[in-house]
Amino acid sequence: MKIHQLSLFLENQPGQMIEPCRLLAGAGIDIRSLSLADTRQFGILRAIVSDWKAAAALLEGAGYVVNVTEVVAIEVEDRPGGLAELMTLFENSGINIEYMYAFPFGRRDRAVMIFRFDQPDAAIERLNGAGVNMVGSGDVYNRLS
Amino acid sequence: MTPSRFHPASAPDYLPPAQMRSLQLDRLRSVVERAYAHVELFRTRLEERSLAPSDIRGLEDIARLPFTVKTDLRDTYPFGLFASPMQEVVRLHASSGTTGKPIVVAYTQADVDVWTNVMVRSLASCGITHGDIVQNAYGYGLFTGGLGAHYGAEALGATVIPISGGNTERQIMVMKDFKVTAICCTPSYFIHLLERAGELGVDVRELPLRAGVFGAEPWTASMRRHIESAGGIRAYDIYGLSEIIGPGVAVECPAQNGLHVFEDHFYPEIVDPETGEPLPEGSEGELVITTLSKQAMPMIRYRTRDITSLIAEPCSCGRTLRRMRRIGRRSDDMIILRGVNVFPSQIEGALLAVEGTLPHYQIVLTREKGLDQMEVQVEVTPEVFSDQIGALEKLHDKLTHALDHTLGLRVAVRLVKPQTIQRSEGKAKRVIDRRNQG
Repeated sequence: MKIHQLSLFLENQPGQMIEPCRLLAGAGIDIRSLSLADTRQFGILRAIVSDWKAAAALLEGAGYVVNVTEVVAIEVEDRPGGLAELMTLFENSGINIEYMYAFPFGRRDRAVMIFRFDQPDAAIERLNGAGVNMVGSGDVYNRLS
Repeated sequence: MTPSRFHPASAPDYLPPAQMRSLQLDRLRSVVERAYAHVELFRTRLEERSLAPSDIRGLEDIARLPFTVKTDLRDTYPFGLFASPMQEVVRLHASSGTTGKPIVVAYTQADVDVWTNVMVRSLASCGITHGDIVQNAYGYGLFTGGLGAHYGAEALGATVIPISGGNTERQIMVMKDFKVTAICCTPSYFIHLLERAGELGVDVRELPLRAGVFGAEPWTASMRRHIESAGGIRAYDIYGLSEIIGPGVAVECPAQNGLHVFEDHFYPEIVDPETGEPLPEGSEGELVITTLSKQAMPMIRYRTRDITSLIAEPCSCGRTLRRMRRIGRRSDDMIILRGVNVFPSQIEGALLAVEGTLPHYQIVLTREKGLDQMEVQVEVTPEVFSDQIGALEKLHDKLTHALDHTLGLRVAVRLVKPQTIQRSEGKAKRVIDRRNQG
């Protein structure tokens, strides 16, 4: 239940975001979710898009370095303690969450979070064991609010 | 200017040219004999040309001798060009080379004495005497600048403050409290010191400081004007290189119109940097130096890569030593940063070692508050790019550390987007030097 995320290297200065957004817009590729990580010098734009293969080819063709990473989209109950319960699954497991961000399209009382684990397979095994719902790529791409 | 009050050590500065030529020929013959007898590389090269030391009959025969280049020092690392047994070597210094290995230079006691002698004459030429308090802000250590200036100033009878480089605020405090009258450092460091003093509310013009002996990097006439007016001092250019002896190969005089070469110890020639052919007197070309009296490490026709010309006309200061014009540029791609020699190939080596392949990179040189800065911009490649900030920061740190280790100085590394470094005809312009702009 892994989905593909694109990461782009950007310099930390004004005007860096617009070009990749325009490129994707021009090709009719939808950005379903994104997060921007920043340091003083540079940033990494991470995005889940409607067609990751086409988007990667397009961005690479435009001179970007693109990294494709497998991440896990997990449904979290949208109530106080929902995320804390999920985290309990990984307590003392040695599995590290490298980063996470929210996916904008939840469903009624459930939110969706994107997780980047250092050991995605071990994480998925635990999630399956606990009956936690993960969202597949088709589902992620097709969700609309 | 009359030579009546000169320091006794400065006597050779005023030798009649004919007498100087005769002294040079005698010394050239003996240094060639010494190198032939003790340095295998030199002997082999002479034999390849079917030459013997006895073929040196006049000074003009020097042009028949093979050149020595920087890579010869690297190829024979560490001691291959020594002409004295280690028991007679009293000092080793080293400067940065092109591949991370330094270049090692050696001195016998007689060599240290010659070095001290030319530094006494250098400082005397800048008007410094036994009453002066000299702040020596050249780095002490393997670099020749610190100890070279130190020994010279001490032998002159001046009071030496061996403060070495760095810690600018302490330098300013010492300059003020110790009533320093002369300073030795790189010109860019002095400009930095002036700026910092201004920020601290210290006006250097009001201090007793009256002379500066600046070297180890090229500087411009406009830098001199700035230093002299903002510092209220006379600023003199001193030239030298470790391979020859260190500082004290040539120095300015009160006329500030070219640097007198201490020709009794260092024989200068100007050659075409492309063909190596000697050029007529007065022409601009590459400076080649032969050490006439060095024992531990004679350098025969050493290619300095510095571009200059020689002035044979008499100087208004009365010295008869020929002058070389101030160094404006070099015939290779060497960068001099805060007195440290840096080759782009060293930077390439460090980048290659970290990344496995050579990324596109560019070296940007700027001057901030008078201090030279180097930024190495490195394009991020798919091979090293990761979705994790930590991985990129680690790469950044590894690159910084590798450059620091190779060059021996702090360099800023900036990771940049691919295709952002300008390429001309497929080849990137490696060095952008903005230090003397504006």
